[in-house]
Parts: sequence; C-alpha cells; structure tokens
Amino acid sequence: MSDATSPKTADMRRAFALPRLLRRANGLIGSAILISILAFTLTGVVWTPFDPIEPDFLARLQPPDGTHWLGTDEWGRDVLSRILAGARTSVFISLCSVSFALFFGALIGAASGFFGGWTDRGIMMLTDALLAFPGLLMALAFMAILGPSKWGVIFALGLAYVPTVIRLMRGSVLSVREREFVEASHAVGDSRLYTLLLHVMPNCMAPLIIMATALFGYALLAESALSFLGLGVPPPEPTWGNMLSESRGQFAMAPWLAIFPGLFISVTLLGINLFGDALRDTFDPRMRETGDA
Amino acid sequence: MWTYATKRFLMTIPTLLLVSIIVFVLIRLIPGDPAAIMLGDTDSDTALEAMRSKLGLDLPVYRQYLIWVGNIFRGDLGVSINTGEDIASALVSRFAVTAQITFVAVGIATLIAIPAGLIAAWRQNTPLDFGILFVSIICLSLPSFWLGLMMIYLLAINFGWFPTVGFVSVHEDFVGGVMYLVMPVITLAAVETGVLIRMIRVQTLEILRLDYITHARAKGLSEATVLMRHVFRNSVAPALTVIGLTLGALLGGASVTETVFSIPGLGRLLVDAIFARDYPVLQGCLLFVSFVFVMVNLVVDLLYMLVDPKVKL
Repeated sequence: MSDATSPKTADMRRAFALPRLLRRANGLIGSAILISILAFTLTGVVWTPFDPIEPDFLARLQPPDGTHWLGTDEWGRDVLSRILAGARTSVFISLCSVSFALFFGALIGAASGFFGGWTDRGIMMLTDALLAFPGLLMALAFMAILGPSKWGVIFALGLAYVPTVIRLMRGSVLSVREREFVEASHAVGDSRLYTLLLHVMPNCMAPLIIMATALFGYALLAESALSFLGLGVPPPEPTWGNMLSESRGQFAMAPWLAIFPGLFISVTLLGINLFGDALRDTFDPRMRETGDA
Repeated sequence: MWTYATKRFLMTIPTLLLVSIIVFVLIRLIPGDPAAIMLGDTDSDTALEAMRSKLGLDLPVYRQYLIWVGNIFRGDLGVSINTGEDIASALVSRFAVTAQITFVAVGIATLIAIPAGLIAAWRQNTPLDFGILFVSIICLSLPSFWLGLMMIYLLAINFGWFPTVGFVSVHEDFVGGVMYLVMPVITLAAVETGVLIRMIRVQTLEILRLDYITHARAKGLSEATVLMRHVFRNSVAPALTVIGLTLGALLGGASVTETVFSIPGLGRLLVDAIFARDYPVLQGCLLFVSFVFVMVNLVVDLLYMLVDPKVKL
C-alpha cells in the first residue's frame, strides 16, 4: 500500500534527468571538464612520466620543455608527474571527507527531523553552535588536534561539513515527513525506523546530491588551502595545495611551479561549479543558489 | 519590532555559551601537555607539577572552564606561551589589520555585484547576461591563494606596480598603506563578487516575474524606475545575509590571504598559534573569531528588518 503512493513518477523523471542535464551548456562543459579531470586522476593512479617523489638533482628548476612538459621543481622533480600524483591525493581526500560528512550528516539530520522532540532540539542546538565557527576555522581547529596528515585532513574536513549536512537533511525530512506515503507507511504498521530509512530518506536525496557536488568543491579547495598553510598533507607526498606552498620560495624565478597546480585547482573548481549549477537547475529549480552551503 | 530585536539578541547568549564550551573542549583535545611545552626540555617532575598547578591544569575540568569564562568576562584571555604577550590586546590589534582589508574588500565586492547582478537578470539570456555569469563563475573558481600568488608574480615582480608582500597601516602612511592593500583586497573581493553576483541575479530574476513588476511597467514607469524603486530593495535584502556570512568568515578566516601576502592579521595569528602549539592564543583566536561571526550575523539580521520591505515587525 505504501509503495503505491510512493512517488515513483519522481524516480521516472529523475531517470530522464541526465540527458536534460547534458543539454544545458553549463552541464555539458562542466561534465566535460570533470570527466577530463577524472581521467587525468585515474592516469595518475597507474602512471606518471617521472617519479613524483624521488629527487633528480641534475634536472633542478628546469622551465617547461619537451622532456618535462610542465618543468621541474627545486629538487628536480617533474611538475606534471607531481600534479598527476597530487590529483590522486587531492581527489581521494575530497571524496573521503565528503562521503564522511554525507553519511553521518544525513543519518543524524534525518533522525533529528524525523523523531523531533528533545533529540531534535539537542542536535540542532549543537549544530547551530558548530556553525558559528566560520569557514575554514573548524577545519583548522581539528587539524591542530589531529596533526598534519592525509587522514587528519579527511577527518577534519568531514567533521567540519557534518553540521551543514545535518541542517539540510533535517529540513528535507521535516517536509517529507508530512507527506501521504509516510502516513501510509505508518498505517500499514511499518516500524518508525523502517519508514525513515526506506520511505523518508530516499525522497530527500535530490538536495543531498546537489550539496554533495558543492561540498566536493569546497573540500578540494579547503584541502589545498590547508596544505598551502602547511597544515594539510605533509611533503614529500604531493597535493595541489602543498605544491603551491612549496613554490612560494622560488616562484619569482620559476613561475611554472605556481602556475600549473593552481590552474588545475581552478579548472576543477570551474567544472564542479558549472556541473553543480546545471544539476541544481535540472533537479530542483527552487534550490538555485540559496547560498547557505 | 523591538521585541523581535530583543529576542534575536537574547538568542545569541546560549549560542555563545555553547561556542565557548566547544572551544574549551577542542583545545583540551589537542595532544600534548601545555605545561611540558612551556617548560621546554625538562625531566623534572616537580617543575612539571608546579607549572601544572600554576596553569590550573590540576583542577577538575569544569572548574578550569568556569575560571576561564570568569576571566574572559574581565577581559583577561591569558598570555601567549611563547611571547608572554597579552592575548586580548594582541587579538584587538591583529583584528584591526584584518578588518581594514575585509571591510574594503566586501565593500568593493558589494558595489560591483549589485549593479552587475541586477543588469544580468534584467537582460536575462543575452550575451551581456552570459558575460557577467561567466566572469562570476571564473571568480568563484579561482582559489584565493593562487590568485594572490599570480598577482604577486605579475603585478609586483614583473611590473613592479605594488610592493610584493607585507603591510603598512594606512594611519601611518596613507599612500604606502593603500599600495600594500590593493592586491590582498582584490584577492578577497574576487570570490565574494562571484558569489554575490549569482545570488543577486537569481533573486532579481524571481522578483522580475512577479505581478507587481508587470503592474509597475504597465503603469508606464521607465525601466530605470522599475529597477531602482521596485526591484532593487527586494533583491538586495536576501544578499545581505550572504554579505554578513562572508564578512564574518573573512574577518576570522582570511588566514590564507594573510599568509600569501605576509599580513600580520588575525588569521595569521591563528595559524602561527597552531604551528607554535600556543594553546592560549589558539583558544583566544577561536573564541574571538566565532564571537565576531555571531555578532556580525546578529547585526545583519537586525539590518534585514530595516532593508527588506516585506519584513514588517
């Protein structure tokens, strides 16, 4: 009974959303950029033209040429190889931290909105207080506790984004909770947990997917920022952020050290922003640019 | 209206209280014994014990918290472990530096974004609209630290237009101070402009579709009057919230830009405190920044009532 009233038509509409998404110019360009970056990252997982970590003192600070397409750094390491290896690390960190935030944020937020009462009030009070720490600040504080490391960055960013996801999920659940198919699920005697997990949460996914795209961009930027400050992934493992940080010493003589990693960050963010816009327009015209992410 | 303002003001008290507890707990979660760090290389247990009791670390945690909060109300945030500097006065002087840059940057971003967003929406789907959108999405996608580095390379090193890095207060040397400000301000303003243009454009698009705009046009009002009198206030009011949020975030979170340009601001103080494991300074920074953030949001919410014609309380 509850299934009959569950919005199957919405699922059908979503199944046709992809072609519509691609028809939009921003969706097309954004997807093209993201697919290229993904291919680039996967290339970095299996192959780099030179060793990204071993120094080669005979090839120090060489400008871009036929052998080293994007030049070499002060240790003689190939910049292209390091950007390839850095893509691997940066994308891995962003994916992990966003998944962490989405998983815990969605669960806590859904429980908060669905069960209401004191659970809800307590969780929201804590969430609001955590959101009183602006921008990177929470991640910086967590980095002070966890120390600079790859997993440190993942947990710091994941934890920093959990409150945002909680708020979003709670909001969606509050509106879905009142719909008829939820009532139907109660009526046929489903347990509250079953209703929450199988009927309420699947219908709150659209805004969550849109937020995931935005969060991925934030995480990528934040990882670079933390590594740039020296609080992220420690050298010699390359990330786009710590490459920029290391470039600061010589970039008057060797500007390619700063230009290329930053270019990759910018292009990736551009892809994410374009794709995110298209996603928002396609799935949820009412959600466009609310700015509370 | 006054009841709403009072209520909104009182709501900040539990928030700030929770914030202080979170800061206190976070600092205690940092591995390492502050007493050992202060003493440096020493094996003496008695010296360690003496230092611990001097810092109050031997007291129960809740009493440590109460003492700390009590001191905050007296304006005493303690002293830096490394330099012995008074933290409250350090925060105020560093904040003055950050505030100079932030207010100018957010001001410029607002002045560019409001007309750009209005015009883009007014000329929706024309090349002008796409052009403005394109510029704004590029602004959004440039990481501030990279934009900063590129400007240093091009404008300071190659063209020599501006000093590379550093900071001079505009009170001491106006022209020199402004020259140091230009690049950091552009860096901070770029992202902000991108965000605001998109926000204002979308708000304006929604308002332009409403009946009262059609009505205003049907009355024969000029487009300029329609835009200025009927669209402007309604579309800018929601942007105010975003301006407030970013203003608050930048006031405390400009650590990246301050690092790029070696500016002795609040963000740099915070990052340096993390590196130096200077717990009291870090604690003070976290508390101060979130306090500023909460206060800015309070002011924005109150201003909102005055600007948005829909909110009549």
